[in-house]
Amino acid sequence: MDRKTRDILEILENDARSSYEDISALVDMTPEEVQKRIHQLEKAKIIRKYKTVIDWELAGEDYVYAIIELKVTLERKQGYQGIAERLYRFPEVRSVRLLSGEHDIALTVRGKSMKQVAFFVAEKIATLEQVHNTATHFVLKTYKEDGLIMEEPEHVKRLPVSP
Amino acid sequence: MVSDNEDVISLGVGEPDYITPWHIREACIHSLEQGETSYTSNYGLVELRDEISRTYTQKQGLYYDPTSEILVTSGVSEALDLAVRAITDPGDEIIIVEPSYVAYAPAIIFAGGYPVSVQTCREDKFKLTSENLKKAITPKTKAILLNYPNNPTGAVMDKKELEPIADIVEEHDIMVISDEVYERMTYDTQHTCFASLDGMRERTIVLNGFSKAYSMTGFRMAYALAPAPVLSAMMRIHQYSMLCAPITAQVGAIEALKNGEEEVEKMVNEYNRRRRLIVKGFNNIGLDCFNPGGAFYAFPSVASTGLTSEQFAERLLEQQQVVTIPGDVFGRAGNGYLRCAYAASREDIKEALERIETFISNI
Repeated sequence: MDRKTRDILEILENDARSSYEDISALVDMTPEEVQKRIHQLEKAKIIRKYKTVIDWELAGEDYVYAIIELKVTLERKQGYQGIAERLYRFPEVRSVRLLSGEHDIALTVRGKSMKQVAFFVAEKIATLEQVHNTATHFVLKTYKEDGLIMEEPEHVKRLPVSP
Repeated sequence: MVSDNEDVISLGVGEPDYITPWHIREACIHSLEQGETSYTSNYGLVELRDEISRTYTQKQGLYYDPTSEILVTSGVSEALDLAVRAITDPGDEIIIVEPSYVAYAPAIIFAGGYPVSVQTCREDKFKLTSENLKKAITPKTKAILLNYPNNPTGAVMDKKELEPIADIVEEHDIMVISDEVYERMTYDTQHTCFASLDGMRERTIVLNGFSKAYSMTGFRMAYALAPAPVLSAMMRIHQYSMLCAPITAQVGAIEALKNGEEEVEKMVNEYNRRRRLIVKGFNNIGLDCFNPGGAFYAFPSVASTGLTSEQFAERLLEQQQVVTIPGDVFGRAGNGYLRCAYAASREDIKEALERIETFISNI
């Protein structure tokens, strides 16, 4: 990957709303070239999605998150793929990851209340044939999400003029 | 006015807008927890000098003996003062290349020397030419003070451009003080350490520090590299004035050299983007701006507006609340220019450019 493409990806990762014009000034390309390059990156699925990190708690719309660790039985021919597919199609499931260590799979589940998440796990996840053990950890507070510190950012205190 | 008004955008400050990377701060905190609060060797911590030596061997192919050729100082400002005082006899001339950092001439005068200015210009991309240098050399010339990448112009000189300067240095048997604190902020070319040129290691005092590259301005951490006899003279002044640099800051500097590379690259990439943004912005609004190859300063010309640097900067601050530094602060060669630091957020740079455009349209 060339330097400019990497630059474009970094800029978009930091701020998905950057316009073609903005990016063009930062990477020394024309807006048209930037647009073309971004379309190529989208087509190649290197750019998977444009996302916004929202502080729902601050917005007064509290969600409940839980991390669910699962022990599962491997399926013939499919390995972990089959169970992963069953799991990631539930809209409540925000992420599915295969792990090393004591558990096999970790899910992040989002719901409107602890009760809702607990029932979802009990009724939909634990009852799956391949799942033979679950451990549910409710998230009490998120300090950092997707590389972003959710609390007040650090402010640099600088003098307005210096050498 | 600046401190009272929250709406002020400052392009005046020559300081990175990053907080020191966390791993460096963490190393300092850990060191304090361990009770490391003592003096260090006058030269600085052995481990730090070893790291500095290793870095120069790896990156510049230059070996400096950590025991006798490396001195850890409190900021490049101290290193500069020591270097000038160590080599200057009363009446000696030291050549400075203008526009130049504001402390150079006073440091020479304090040491009893006489600063001789060589002017550089936009046509020469603010680089020192052999012709201009030759004209400034007299029998009293002791040294040249170089600063590439340059504050305030952002000019850099590559190896090929520095070689003729080295030839003149050798021919006239003079020394070089090379302030390379912006070394890591070199965007289009590879930085050349002046001491790495043929025959120059024995004639050069290299000054470098952690403030800019690692965003550690408040730590006041820097160092000087020089042949042992020169360094020993600098050391004598240092041990009776500063004694040693603070140990906590030295621990931070070790961590910076050992594990700071990734963060430096990240910051430099971002400065490079801002450089493009601000240079393009100035040119778009009709202020001819030289493309700086290093440091984090843009140096646009305001001559087309009919205002002097000072008038421009003052009125811009009054009318649009944007802080810039008039170019003539950096010597006569800076007349008609402004220094604008782009170590500010992109949002601030964009907003400042818009305000400058509004200001120009109302002149």
